[in-house]
Amino acid sequence: MIDVATKTLEMVTEDYKKSIESITKKVIICAGTGCIASGALEVFEAFKTEIESQGLDVIIDLHKEKDHNKEHFHLSESGCQGFCAMGPLVNIYPDKVLYVKVTPTDVKEIVETTLMNHDVVERLLYKNPTTGDINRNHEEIPFYKRQKRVVLGECGYVDPEDIEEYISHGGYLAARKAYAEMTDVEVCQTILASGLRGRGGGGFPTGKKWEFARIENNEKKYVICNGDEGDPGAFMDRSLMEGNPHRVLEGMMIAAKGIGADEAYVYVRLEYPLAVKRMKLAIEDAMEAGILGENIFGTGKTLHIHVMEGAGAFVCGEETALMSSIEGKRGMPSPKPPFPAKCGLYGKPTIINNVETLAAVPLILRNGSDWFRENGTATSAGTKTFALTGHVANTGLIEVPFGTTLREIVYNIGGGVTDDAGNVTGEGFKAVQIGGPSGGCLTEAELDLPLDYDNLIKVGAMVGSGGLVVMNKQTCMVQIARFFMEFTQNESCGKCVPCREGTKQMLSMLDSVIDGSANQRTLDLLQETGEVIKMASLCGLGKTAPSPVLSTMEKFRGEYESHIINKVCPTSNCKALAVITIDAELCIGCTACARKCPVHAISGEKKQLHTIDPLICTKCGICASVCKFNAVIGF
Amino acid sequence: MQEAELKTRQFEKVLAIIEEHQSQRSRLITILQQVQHEYRYLPQEVLTYIATALDMPVAEVYGVATFYAHFTLNPKGKYVIKVCNGTACHVKGSMKLVDVLFDKLKLNEQKNTTDDMLFTVETVSCLGACGLAPVMVINESVYGQVDGKKAGEIIDEIVAKEGGVS
Repeated sequence: MIDVATKTLEMVTEDYKKSIESITKKVIICAGTGCIASGALEVFEAFKTEIESQGLDVIIDLHKEKDHNKEHFHLSESGCQGFCAMGPLVNIYPDKVLYVKVTPTDVKEIVETTLMNHDVVERLLYKNPTTGDINRNHEEIPFYKRQKRVVLGECGYVDPEDIEEYISHGGYLAARKAYAEMTDVEVCQTILASGLRGRGGGGFPTGKKWEFARIENNEKKYVICNGDEGDPGAFMDRSLMEGNPHRVLEGMMIAAKGIGADEAYVYVRLEYPLAVKRMKLAIEDAMEAGILGENIFGTGKTLHIHVMEGAGAFVCGEETALMSSIEGKRGMPSPKPPFPAKCGLYGKPTIINNVETLAAVPLILRNGSDWFRENGTATSAGTKTFALTGHVANTGLIEVPFGTTLREIVYNIGGGVTDDAGNVTGEGFKAVQIGGPSGGCLTEAELDLPLDYDNLIKVGAMVGSGGLVVMNKQTCMVQIARFFMEFTQNESCGKCVPCREGTKQMLSMLDSVIDGSANQRTLDLLQETGEVIKMASLCGLGKTAPSPVLSTMEKFRGEYESHIINKVCPTSNCKALAVITIDAELCIGCTACARKCPVHAISGEKKQLHTIDPLICTKCGICASVCKFNAVIGF
Repeated sequence: MQEAELKTRQFEKVLAIIEEHQSQRSRLITILQQVQHEYRYLPQEVLTYIATALDMPVAEVYGVATFYAHFTLNPKGKYVIKVCNGTACHVKGSMKLVDVLFDKLKLNEQKNTTDDMLFTVETVSCLGACGLAPVMVINESVYGQVDGKKAGEIIDEIVAKEGGVS
């Protein structure tokens, strides 16, 4: 094991490079949650067995003694590479080949064709669903080619469980610089000058936050890394913690030096067991290497980092609630001020930063604040990761500079909008939901809007944690609004009345729109209730809870009105508003539906067209399920 | 007699967990997590025991145990099936998947654990595997792009493995 007290980071890098000299081919298998679910670990095992059975030397642990005169194959796991829908992903270097959707049965062919010879197994390459082009690797696939992977850079290449590989990529040099060469003021100033803003939602300038905590005169201060990524549809923090945990730790170390903290917490949500495991391992390895712990880089400074697992409460993503949770209490928010920078965890000055924010920090110290500003817009510097999901051909994790348009993301990186059957269609785009339950909808009109913090606020949405859910024309926007409202209503902690009661009222009003019992006044009341919740709630959860409803009401008012006035759901998603009829052409009069109808709403003679009485029909759907001729329409 | 023996043994385990955390109140959530891991739920008498050991009101422990979605005061099945209902999974039809599971295991929203204590079906807000939507997790294993048919097969496999008829 390495020890930086006796061996500098440069020496570790040197040794690492020496240890990989005899490696002729490197196979990297994505082992993010997505690829594991698709069978990546079985593929890994298959590679191991296959390479060995061919009589070749396979290395999994680089530190094991090996014969340097012999050729070796290095089999390694990486964190999430972002292209989850195409998993399991297998990369082969130096050939630079990316195979998608690999199964254990494909492994023999890959070993024989690509590892032993330099050929490519064409059927396993990525095929562009729209153009039919076959792409060999990241440099060719539009999903990757059009991204700018800075924060995610090493994610998907380095082995997240190997600290030496991280160091060999320049890891911990920034932490050493912060501890050994910079003052706390300089650290805070560098981050402030870079224009880095919080990636967790609000977009508060990180340097300013640090400065507030730095000037507090207190022996004890804390740094918290907020990995309680609760927004449904967002998984960038998970990918970073799983894919490059050491970068997150390094960011925390720099933050701790900047404000003068000696203790830190990583709060990870319980639904991310792999992230918890890898963060814990990274801490252990960094402690053992003497990078973390006492006397950091010989400066006499101390830092201990703990991992705390959440217990399933969305509100704990809010900073004051998160601190209560670390203290072992119910995760309820408290009023601000006092801000955590003054009075935070256990009443001590505390800074709380999001995972992605902290992962950007080492890069800023390594390359300078001007470098960071090269990407992005004037007010939103740098790049941002987005979780691109929903009705889009390429789902996965992406990173683009701030200022990129939605059109670029959805059509070029995402590969276009898909219909419900999963096929790319030219006309399918309806909206994008951005920022999860706190955000709003963007429509066709906003496709060319450069995405940054301020532009999004202007159109009633927000960056939030960065979930981008693409929705096609078959999606009912009232249902989407209801989905988010149900989520926030469920997750409301119940401390303040506007959020607790207001979200409940809004949810029941949305239900009345969906079941057709709403009237014209309902919309006004929804609007009014939403405004009150926004103004009067205690924390961010409540303040932003009405956003998805208000945003869809503004942009898809016609759809709401159609539900209320015409009692029709334009996308035929709302069951209660469906008009169920029997198709005269398809019905053969077999009487199956009439016999099964529990309320006897169907009439018709044998071998004659049957009809449904809409006044009796309860829209239970049994008729449609028993009809062998698909003659019941409207569901 | 045997039952009493069983109970003492149970408390020994709880005590070991509490001692591991030096009876610190701030570690309550972690303690409850470990205890739940042990019993698959939080029995009432255990909550009382923890409160006494940490020298805090039972109401407070109960308050924490009921605040977080992860904690359950009722026993769960051996296989806990969590269907993700995050945005991406929702728009790709995760609720239909829940219906299929409920149907197959004869469960509903109120009664979500099978009588033989083999399965519990619940929905969770987001598992963060949105690229594979719709997703479900059974204990620790993640299953991506699950449709009704695949879900049924997975259940059948588990039932066959457990050697029962569900």
